[in-house]
Amino acid sequence: MRDRLIFTGQLLFTLLVAAFLVVPALLSITAGVTVNYFRGISSGVTLQWVVQVWELYADTILLSFVIAFATLAVTLLVGVPAAYALHVRGGRLSRLIEEIITLPLAIPGLAIALALLLTYGGFGTFRRSWLFILAGHVVFTMPFMVRSVMAVFATIDIRTLDEGAASLGASPWRRFVDVIVPNARPGILAGSLMVVTLSLGEFNLTWMLHTPLTKTLPVGLADAYASMRLEVASAYTLIFFIMIVPLLVAMQLLAEREPKS
Amino acid sequence: MSQRSFALACLAPLVVLTVAFFVLPMARLVVVGAEGPQGVAGYLAIVLEPRYRATLINTVVLASATTVATLVIATIAAIFLQRHRFPGRAVLVAMLTFPLAFPGVVIGFLIILLAGRQGLIGDVTRLLGGGKVVFAYSIWGLFLGYLYFSIPRVILTIMAAVQKLDPGLEEAARSLGASPWAVQRDVVLPALGPAFVASGAIAFATAMGAFGTAFTLATNIDVLPMLIYTEFTLAANFATAASLSVGLGLISWAMLALARSLSGGTVAATG
Repeated sequence: MRDRLIFTGQLLFTLLVAAFLVVPALLSITAGVTVNYFRGISSGVTLQWVVQVWELYADTILLSFVIAFATLAVTLLVGVPAAYALHVRGGRLSRLIEEIITLPLAIPGLAIALALLLTYGGFGTFRRSWLFILAGHVVFTMPFMVRSVMAVFATIDIRTLDEGAASLGASPWRRFVDVIVPNARPGILAGSLMVVTLSLGEFNLTWMLHTPLTKTLPVGLADAYASMRLEVASAYTLIFFIMIVPLLVAMQLLAEREPKS
Repeated sequence: MSQRSFALACLAPLVVLTVAFFVLPMARLVVVGAEGPQGVAGYLAIVLEPRYRATLINTVVLASATTVATLVIATIAAIFLQRHRFPGRAVLVAMLTFPLAFPGVVIGFLIILLAGRQGLIGDVTRLLGGGKVVFAYSIWGLFLGYLYFSIPRVILTIMAAVQKLDPGLEEAARSLGASPWAVQRDVVLPALGPAFVASGAIAFATAMGAFGTAFTLATNIDVLPMLIYTEFTLAANFATAASLSVGLGLISWAMLALARSLSGGTVAATG
C-alpha cells in the first residue's frame, strides 16, 4: 500500500515535469494553426499563418539550411581527418589541441560572437556575407564532430587496423579512405546529426553575427517573437519544430542503439 | 608520404581554422577588454561598479536557483524512471529529453505561451478566480525558462548515474533496518554526488550564459548576457562588453572544467 502510494506520487511528479516541457510546445503548435488564439481553437483551424510566415521568412529558412549543410561539410572535411590524427598521434600536443577546440562549448556564444566581430568586423565583404555566420557555426559545432569520431576510435582498436593495412602496403590516404572512415561511420553519423541540429537552432552567435541580408531561421524567430502576433510567431515556431524534431528523433534512436556514446 | 606527415596534413586545416576563428578572436577580445578608458582596471568594473555588480549578483543567484531546482526535479524523476518499468516509460523519457536542442529563443517563446499575457497559467488562474497571473517577463519567467533549458540536460546525466548504482547496497541498508528515507539519504544521494556536481555545474554555466531566453523574456531584468548585449549594441561600449564577456566566459569555463574533471563528459552550454 505504502509502495503503491510512493509509486503514484513519483509518477505524478514525473508526468508533471514532462507536461511542463511538452505542453508549451503543444500550445505553440496549436496556436500556429488557430484562426484566433485569443478566442481559442473553436475559432477554427487554418494554415494562413504558416503560409504568411513562409512568404515572409522563406529566405531565412533557406539560408539556415545552406549554413547548416555548409557547416556540416566543413566539420566533415576538417574534423574527421583531424580526429584521426589526434587519435593516432596522441601525446601532449594532441591533448592541447583537443582542449582548445572544445573550449567553445564552455564559453557563451555571445562572447565568441563579440570576439569574431571585434576581429573581423572591419572586413566588409566577409562581415556582410553568410560566410561570417558559417565561421561562427563551424567553431561552435566542430568539437561535436571531432569528439564523436574520437569516441568511436576509442572503442575499436583503430591503430591495429591502421597498422595492419599499412603492413599490407596501403598508402596513408588509402588507409584513411578504406579503413578509417568506414570504421568511424557511427561517430560520423552521430556527429553529423548533432552538427546540423545545432547549426539550425543556433541563436546566440547568429544574432550577433547576422546582418539584415543574412538572417537565419532562429534570428527570424526572435524578430517574430518581438513584433508579430502570437499566431504568426507560433506558426513560425511550428515550422522550426517540423525541421528540428525529425533530427532529434534520429539522434535519440541512434543513442538507443549505442548506449555507450 | 610518411605516416607522420600524413597525420600533420590531417590536422593542419583544423589548427588553421581554430586559430583564425577562435584563438585569435578570443585573444583580441581580451585585449579590447583592456582598451577602455580605465585600461586593465576595466576588468575590475564587473565587481567594483555597483550597477554591474548588482547584475552579476542577480545572474549568479538566478543561475544557482536554477541549478538547485533542476537537480531536485531531475533526481526525483530520474530515480523513478530508472527504478520502474511500466508501459509508456520510453515515451516519458523521450518527452523529458527531447527539448535538449531547442534554442533559447524558442524556450523563451514557450514560456510566453505558458505565463505570458495570453498564457495558459493566466487562463487557469482566472478560471479559478485568482485573477490573471502573468509572470513571463519577470525574473520568475526567466527562472522557468532556464529550468526548461536545463532539465533535459541534467536528467540524462542523473539517469545514467542512477543506472550505475548497485542495488545491493540499498538492499543491504534495508535489511539492516534502515527506513526508505534513510536509504535515500545515506546510500542513494551520496552515491549520486559526482553526478550532482557534474550536471549542476553544467546547469549553472548554461544559466549564466543563456542569451536567447533572456533576449526573448528579459526586457526589464538585468542579467549578465543582456548587459553585455546592450553595452555592445546600444551603448557601443566595446571595452566594457569585451571585459564582461571575458569574465562571463571565465566563470562558465571554470564551472564546466570542474564538471568535466568530475564526470568526463562534455555538454554544450548554449542558450
